[in-house]
Amino acid sequence: MIRRLLVIAVLLLSPVATLAAQEGSDPELEAKVREVASQLRCVVCQGLSIQDSPSELAQDMKALVREQLAAGRTPEEVKQYFVERYGEWVLLTPRAEGLNLIVYVVPFIGLLLGAVFLARAVMRWTRQGSEAAASADPPVDPLV
Amino acid sequence: MNWKRAALAVLAIVPIVLLLAFGLTRDPNRIESPLPGQPAPDFTVEVMPPSPAGDNGWLEDGTTIRLADLRGHVVVLNFWASWCIPCRYEHPALTKVARVYQDRGVRFVGILYNDSPEAARRWLADLGGESYPTGLDPDSRTAIAYGLYGVPETFFIGRDGRVGYKHIGPVTESLLVEKIEELLNSPETPT
Repeated sequence: MIRRLLVIAVLLLSPVATLAAQEGSDPELEAKVREVASQLRCVVCQGLSIQDSPSELAQDMKALVREQLAAGRTPEEVKQYFVERYGEWVLLTPRAEGLNLIVYVVPFIGLLLGAVFLARAVMRWTRQGSEAAASADPPVDPLV
Repeated sequence: MNWKRAALAVLAIVPIVLLLAFGLTRDPNRIESPLPGQPAPDFTVEVMPPSPAGDNGWLEDGTTIRLADLRGHVVVLNFWASWCIPCRYEHPALTKVARVYQDRGVRFVGILYNDSPEAARRWLADLGGESYPTGLDPDSRTAIAYGLYGVPETFFIGRDGRVGYKHIGPVTESLLVEKIEELLNSPETPT
């Protein structure tokens, strides 16, 4: 009975132990790893970063990120390593260059067009309003 | 009928419909690999002992494979796992074509992905054995170096060490032969 309880306790605690082992002792490095890992897509998931995914491939990718950062590579170089292999798609945020600029520019163009449209509409309404007001109050007959 | 208004509506709706038609008919998981045309990432892997029913083919002895040592050969690199169902379908084709092309200098290399060598060797024995070596990739470094999404994926590497073609999903005999012949017949590019 005691042995069974012990086994259960070990099983319950093992995720904690592995988590502790995965998180290195260097908090500065870990912060960098988290930053880079949260910008890389888990390629076997739907819209998750490798920081957020528990899948094995994502964990292996994250370990590789840690290893490369620890070896002195910059976050940009590490991201480039993944882009060269998986394509730009692996970046959760597309780079602001080339065709990708559409994603960055179109919302602002839309906002601008909307503002112009609204301004014109408001101007039209106020004009109609004043015309209506003018016609509502019949002109005073100068002869009366 | 206000033509100007109708034209404006069409102008607004058509791009949205086209965009949806484009976006919704594509598989978001099929992403063009940037690797074809690029030098194949080098790797050194520890080789799994052959299963009781098979042999390591061209690798007569030795316990590691380094891709750089295979420069000058056409290499077929196949990522697989014993838990992968489509890998079962392509296994006979790989085994057969590897045996046929071994004498023409083609080197087949398997890479075990996310699996234990024991399970892999059992699987190979169950499927009638293998005819080329499989390397182990315990922390998926080789898989990541090749931008692997899942198994099976097969890379065809030319004599010049560049990736010629990447295939996602199970390969067939005819596809293997076609791609190998293409690489065998391509003029050797000095490097």
